Amino acid sequence: MAYNKPIPVPQGESDVYWQKAKQGELWIRNCKSCATPYFFPTDICRNLECKNPRDTEWIQASGKATLFTFAIVGYETGKAPHPGFDAPYVTAIVELEEGPLMPTNIVMDSPTPDKLQIGMPLEVIFEDITDDISLPKFKTV
Amino acid sequence: MTDLRKTAAIVGVDESDVIGKVPDKSNLQHHAEAAHNALADAGLTLKDVNGLFTAGTSTLELGEYLGVKPSFVDTTAVGGSSFIIHIAHAIAAIDAGYCDVALVTHGEAGRSMRSRSGGNASNADPQFQTPYGFIGQPVAYSMAARRYMHLYGEDKTRQGMAEIAVATRKWAQLHPKSYMKDDMTFDDYHNSRWIAWPFHLLDCCLVTDAGGAFVITSAERAKDTAKKPVWILGAAEGQTHGMISQMPDLTKTNAANSGPKAMQMAGITHSDIDLAMIYDSFTYTVMTTLESLGFCGPGEAADFVANQRTAPGGEFAMNTNGGGLSHTHSGMYGMFLILEAVRQLRGECGPRQIKDHQIALVNGTGGSLSSTGTTVLAVD
Repeated sequence: MAYNKPIPVPQGESDVYWQKAKQGELWIRNCKSCATPYFFPTDICRNLECKNPRDTEWIQASGKATLFTFAIVGYETGKAPHPGFDAPYVTAIVELEEGPLMPTNIVMDSPTPDKLQIGMPLEVIFEDITDDISLPKFKTV
Repeated sequence: MTDLRKTAAIVGVDESDVIGKVPDKSNLQHHAEAAHNALADAGLTLKDVNGLFTAGTSTLELGEYLGVKPSFVDTTAVGGSSFIIHIAHAIAAIDAGYCDVALVTHGEAGRSMRSRSGGNASNADPQFQTPYGFIGQPVAYSMAARRYMHLYGEDKTRQGMAEIAVATRKWAQLHPKSYMKDDMTFDDYHNSRWIAWPFHLLDCCLVTDAGGAFVITSAERAKDTAKKPVWILGAAEGQTHGMISQMPDLTKTNAANSGPKAMQMAGITHSDIDLAMIYDSFTYTVMTTLESLGFCGPGEAADFVANQRTAPGGEFAMNTNGGGLSHTHSGMYGMFLILEAVRQLRGECGPRQIKDHQIALVNGTGGSLSSTGTTVLAVD
């Protein structure tokens, strides 16, 4: 069946992110000046205290994370807010090992609140959705 | 900062002709009906208007549709808080002499016109949130609520959310224009279907068709308007993020900044407030906002609203129109917070009229808990 969920359109600032994701790697932006990795990727560091916010680089993230918060969309009803999504599904904000928070999905069969604990360890996986795009998602370890 | 306390007053408020389910009207029709109705309430006409404020559409489209040629325009659109934020901008503009009759309008066929334009693909949200099904505010706010539950206890949080849903429905039953008037028990709340766990259906605001408008004028002109002026004592605004995943603290909104600023400008404290109109996009929005405004401490909102304390006859008058949860919620509900606050302060609310009604605090929240506008209103 054709993939009919929204598909990201890579931009100049995020080309590397999506290219690396296609290769099964999670890369994030890091500020060399204030030594702070951050998400989502922008060329210029968003830390207002940063001395040189243009001194940024790409770094590879470990792919390890913990669950910061989540919701189970369409829990028990199977109703999704947008065509293409198979409810129930888990939206989550995860805390990457490197520090930043990242929006994503937790991939699991028949999600229930009991199966998801804030702080639980997670690991990145990649879902191929088009020839060009793979979405980084997370699974429990 | 210049003291803008009582620089201006709200002198007219009203809805569009019919609110709720209105299948045959466009957004701009709701704007226009509400504009004419609110101006009539003030004893003014469109010919008096020289400041035009709106969100969700440009003043270009709105001004053209209304036939006005304003000399001051403001299309600040930061979600449902926008119209509260317009108040801060309007009093500054009036004080500076840019305009003296400011018309603020809202109109949204939220229920009947469901087509929404897609976001700009080059922004972060369509790349990093939407593909994961972060679609619609129930998803964003439910994740914030889940974090709150983790910090302060799931059962306790759940009880607070239920108290708010049930109390707000009781108020809605007292408003003739409310969309949801059926009795709601605690069991009804707990048994309602899940939208995005941890949110039940009855944690979520309505989706209706509605418009609203209000008119602000200078202290000078407010002397001659039809109704008792409702003075703007304080107004402040701000924002902390766009996407929910970038929110600095999922349990605290910018009301922690705009609330104290508005109250300080007004020269009031919490105990002076007779009515709190708190944007209830979701039950959780009320909990985090009460705490952010300092009505209670972090994690204390469930206790604060316990035992139907915010219901009719309760100790703390809040959301007396029935809120976005049960009265109406067209999309950017902040407009209706103002309408109710003004009517309560004027003493026009019939069966839902609160006894003491001199000072009201209004707090709008917009986006994904992203922006807030707080204002303090009062009558002499």
